[in-house]
Amino acid sequence: MSLSTTDVSRIAGLARLRMNEAEIIAAQGQLNGIFGLIEAMQAVDTQGVLPMAHPQEASLRLRPDAVTETDRRAAYQAVAPAVEKGLYLVPKVIE
Amino acid sequence: MTYTLKQLSDALASRQVSSREITTAYLERIAALNPTLNAFITVDPDRALAEADAADMARAAGSAGALTGIPLAHKDVFVTEGMLTTCGSKILNNFVGPYDAHVVSQCRRAGLVLVGKTNMDEFAMGSSNENSAYGAVKNPWDLRAIPGGSSGGSAAAVAARLVPVATGTDTGGSIRQPASHCGITGIKPTYGKVSRYGMVAYASSLDQGGPMAQTAEDCALMLNVMAGFDGRDSTCLDHGDEDYTRDLNTPLKGVKIGLPKEFFTAGLDAEVAAILQAAIAQFRTLGAELVEVSLPKTELSIPAYYVIAPAEASSNLSRYDGVRYGHRAADYKDLNDMYERSRAEGFGAEVKRRILVGTYVLSHGYYDAYYLQAQKIRRLIAQDFEAAFTQCDFILGPVAPTAAFNLGEKTNDPVQMYLSDIYTLAVNLAGLPAMSLPAGFTQQGRPVGMQLIGRYFAEAQLLGAAHQFQQVTDWHTRAPVLTPLN
Repeated sequence: MSLSTTDVSRIAGLARLRMNEAEIIAAQGQLNGIFGLIEAMQAVDTQGVLPMAHPQEASLRLRPDAVTETDRRAAYQAVAPAVEKGLYLVPKVIE
Repeated sequence: MTYTLKQLSDALASRQVSSREITTAYLERIAALNPTLNAFITVDPDRALAEADAADMARAAGSAGALTGIPLAHKDVFVTEGMLTTCGSKILNNFVGPYDAHVVSQCRRAGLVLVGKTNMDEFAMGSSNENSAYGAVKNPWDLRAIPGGSSGGSAAAVAARLVPVATGTDTGGSIRQPASHCGITGIKPTYGKVSRYGMVAYASSLDQGGPMAQTAEDCALMLNVMAGFDGRDSTCLDHGDEDYTRDLNTPLKGVKIGLPKEFFTAGLDAEVAAILQAAIAQFRTLGAELVEVSLPKTELSIPAYYVIAPAEASSNLSRYDGVRYGHRAADYKDLNDMYERSRAEGFGAEVKRRILVGTYVLSHGYYDAYYLQAQKIRRLIAQDFEAAFTQCDFILGPVAPTAAFNLGEKTNDPVQMYLSDIYTLAVNLAGLPAMSLPAGFTQQGRPVGMQLIGRYFAEAQLLGAAHQFQQVTDWHTRAPVLTPLN
């Protein structure tokens, strides 16, 4: 497997990372090196092996349907780049 | 300043010294030596002294615990209320924590005095600490060498005796490898023992916090504070409270130590191998029995890890969008442009690389071939350990193929950097507890650690074995000689 610069550009778009042409070319070489390392995995026969997500096979716990959080909006918005009247400000999306 | 946590605890309990005196001494040492080492991103002397005074008052009032009044540093991955929490990234260069991580609140509750936050590879991605947006950390034993990563600031701070104890996190070796390279002791607990609440996420199914200190005994005392069930982390295990110091004095007679043959091959530096052989001989004189075991899937841990970790990272790091917190680009033409520019400006090269790898392996049509296949291999790796543990009580091996390499030596070759993680990754994939403790020094004077890997929930036993080793060796007592910059 080998990624083209078009592939890298598409992935960068999916990842919401702005990259110029020079960065895409540099990333292409490095990513192909990394995927060269990863390819070793494809030769392993894993038929019938169950994927492992949590070592103890723990499943998500349920909790009582009760309010446990207090209102901390002001504290959380204190670190936001732009807020007004308790709302996060973003560029206009709908004309 | 080479006091252990235990010695400081005893001195405070017998009123030989106050927390203010201890804290002042460490703050002075940080002021003198941190400009050389760059181990800290944030130091807050005023806050530390206020906490020290509160600790002294608690002691006078008779409400002090074993660690009340002892200075500590947190890896900058732990969100800390009212203190800058950067995670080594430019994208969080203005993020003052609005709440405390579980580990931070546990330490606060125990009365430990927070002096500051330690430097680290950006978002804990790295094996050398060179990926920090706040500059590389220097190894206190040799300023030309890396301290290891990603908890390199914590390791360097403890090694240079800037603090008696620090917290770290370990996703693929990030506590054990810097502990090894800096000549200190550190333990990565069983996945799920230490709450991840407020620990900035890298790869959630692998991330685990743990202590870094001079001795196994100190790590046990700290783990008593850090570990325990917390419902705010959905993967935290409700396994009951335990005392991690309980096995410190258990003799090693008759204990079986497994030596994986795949860990002692040509890939291991000869000097490191010789140091490990001497440590193995030491364990034999302590009465332990050595058996050869096999972990045949060891090499597959590198590809499996470098699929699972980037995949989870690409998902976790999608939250940095310049909307709710963190860096936002100054100029943009629309929302998507704002995301793209904020992220491009805020993330460093290695983080971008892992986001790209992760995005690709999770993209349409590739999930089964990469992430699912890696999770299946993960089970095979866990089964390797399960089989090995039918023949031994714990496993001994190297932490890294070589002692600390030089700053700049591997920065242009990510693949070479990834390959140096060969002995640590499998433990995270299996979710097992493992630790690093000092085993010797190379001719060049760089520390070498050894790794002990235990069964699930065997932290106390591992710490006990390490403590027994430290009763008959003095590697852990050695400290680097450092002179302040003029």
